[in-house]
Amino acid sequence: MNTATFSLATLAPAIPEIALLAFVSALLVIDLFVADRDRHVSFWLAIGSLLGTALLAGSLVGHPSAVTFQGMFVADPMSQVLKVSVLLSVAATLVYSRVYLEVRELLRGEFLSLSLFATLGMMVMISAHHFLTLYLGLELLALSLYAMVALQRDSARATEAAMKYFVLGALASGMLLYGMSMVYGGTGSLDIARVAASLAGTPQSQTLAVFGLVFVVAGVAFKLGAVPFHMWVPDVYHGASTPATLFIGAAPKIAAFAFVMRLLAQALGPLGADWQQMLAILAVASIGLGNVVAIAQTNLKRMLAYSTISHMGFLLLGILAGTDNGYSSAMFYVLTYVLMTLGAFGMILLLSRAGFEAEELEDFRGLNRRSRWFAFVMLVIVFSLAGIPPAVGFLAKLAVLQAAWESGFGWLVVFAVLMSVVGAFYYLRLVKLMYMDEPAGEITIAGRGDMRFLLSVNALAVLALGIVPAPLMDLCARAITASL
Amino acid sequence: MTIQLAAFYVCAVVLIGAALRVITTRNAVHAALWLVLAFFTAACLWLLLYAEFLAAALVMVYVGAVMVLFLFVVMMLDINFDKLREGIWRHLPLAGGIGILMALEMALVLGSREFGVDGPRSPGAPPAGYSNTKELGRLLYTDYVFPFELAAVILLVAIVAAIALTLRRRKETRYQDPADQLAANKANRLKIVKDAPARVPPASQEGGGE
Repeated sequence: MNTATFSLATLAPAIPEIALLAFVSALLVIDLFVADRDRHVSFWLAIGSLLGTALLAGSLVGHPSAVTFQGMFVADPMSQVLKVSVLLSVAATLVYSRVYLEVRELLRGEFLSLSLFATLGMMVMISAHHFLTLYLGLELLALSLYAMVALQRDSARATEAAMKYFVLGALASGMLLYGMSMVYGGTGSLDIARVAASLAGTPQSQTLAVFGLVFVVAGVAFKLGAVPFHMWVPDVYHGASTPATLFIGAAPKIAAFAFVMRLLAQALGPLGADWQQMLAILAVASIGLGNVVAIAQTNLKRMLAYSTISHMGFLLLGILAGTDNGYSSAMFYVLTYVLMTLGAFGMILLLSRAGFEAEELEDFRGLNRRSRWFAFVMLVIVFSLAGIPPAVGFLAKLAVLQAAWESGFGWLVVFAVLMSVVGAFYYLRLVKLMYMDEPAGEITIAGRGDMRFLLSVNALAVLALGIVPAPLMDLCARAITASL
Repeated sequence: MTIQLAAFYVCAVVLIGAALRVITTRNAVHAALWLVLAFFTAACLWLLLYAEFLAAALVMVYVGAVMVLFLFVVMMLDINFDKLREGIWRHLPLAGGIGILMALEMALVLGSREFGVDGPRSPGAPPAGYSNTKELGRLLYTDYVFPFELAAVILLVAIVAAIALTLRRRKETRYQDPADQLAANKANRLKIVKDAPARVPPASQEGGGE
């Protein structure tokens, strides 16, 4: 066993993580000295930390893969692209949430520092090269999220949601660890590259690893919110304050994609034939249940929760294809999905005001009369979620379906297309409410200029990516081929 | 049968017995005490594997700190355990079934030759001058420094979350601010009033004469 040596060169690939940790620690201390009315100082410090870290991570894009910290940490092109996306989407989440939090006196240093800690957890997950770091990153993210949901202490609904999230999340972590320990028993290693090598080399170790795989897939499905492990999603989305819901719904999905990639595609890749079948079952159930149950919802947050479940099914379609093309289309899918989620919840936050949550479908009735532009913004996002061209959601769906088709999952593709048609109904109902109905109550457009601007850019990006998807698709394809 | 093997079987039987008592005893305090016994016996098993540092840490951290804290919580919260116990017979078939299934799976995996898992073996006595603690420390601060730091960050998140979720600034709380007390001067503590001749206010004016 060689003794570890540390030099700046071994730390260099992890500079974004190190910088973010330093920023959060500084924010924690500085926030103590900031008066309640000057809370915007902490807010801009948090945004600055995220953008600064994104710059550092962005400067690493294009570097070749590097494994450091004794095989615990990997910085490859896929991780660099995903990290920048996570950082930017968390920054957008905070900008969208600011007014909502300020009005409800929730914009405190704890919310900001917990969101930065969660971001750090996501970055660790994305760059994990060892089961231990994968798990620790996941727990860092999950613990911060539980606390962020529970922060709204005076709301019984939020407390209940936090409790459910915590208990089911702990259960999922237990399953994941149980599965990982079985894989360790079969392969004798926790290092992702070595697990894969051991599984490919000795077929004897595979039998035990398949036992572990069942638990690993169940744990992953819990975290993704795929049926039949989806029970927590609607309750948490509905119960948490909208900024916390937006946080849970956006950036962590990117981290979850990286988690699945590292765990299934890289470490347990030699067992592909086994997990493809499991993911196929999860995907069918998620796409079916998500789209059908969403029709019955009157609450927009619950509806988006079921829509998330079906979108996670589509994400699994890309991954279960098991080809480079499948992985890169899944990556494209998750990046564009996060963009749409940010827009959808951003609109809920925009229409909410003190003492009023614009979370019922009815609250969007007649939005076109109040503001043509923001009705259009919502229209673009809803079209994209439903997968209607020219918004990007259509191309993202098309790419994963194509990949699944090429891998011989034809029946799955047919089912997914049929279910998307069913799903289009509840999205279009929202469009009808906005454009064809008279406003029922007063609609206020809250939000500062920066938020309105970002929301508009967000919707335009959804539209622009739908018309010119090639650059992002190429980026995903290059990142995946260079990383696997 | 060596003395070590005998010690292993004694510890194993005590451990399983104590663990069973944890879930079958009616009194929560007794359950916690049985759990202490289970932890202690597990530490003894680790000692048999020459993992003396881990054994000591298990006793100190779990028996010394975690279980004492747990006992505090059990004693301070007024939990109606009979109510918690209500559905136990209804859920027992399902829970017991899952438990037996998991035990069978583990037996299958660990017991069968086919899976290529060798029976657990003692690592044997370490060479003279070998320090378990030193080896652990070396690994923890070199090969595992990244996960080690991450665990520290997770603890930091736990601290932040625990404080954020429990700290309440009550409006009626009275407290002294030393800075305010020090900044006080004669002008805001002492009021000099002219000694006006005492005058009895007329009865019609209530509270007058100030």
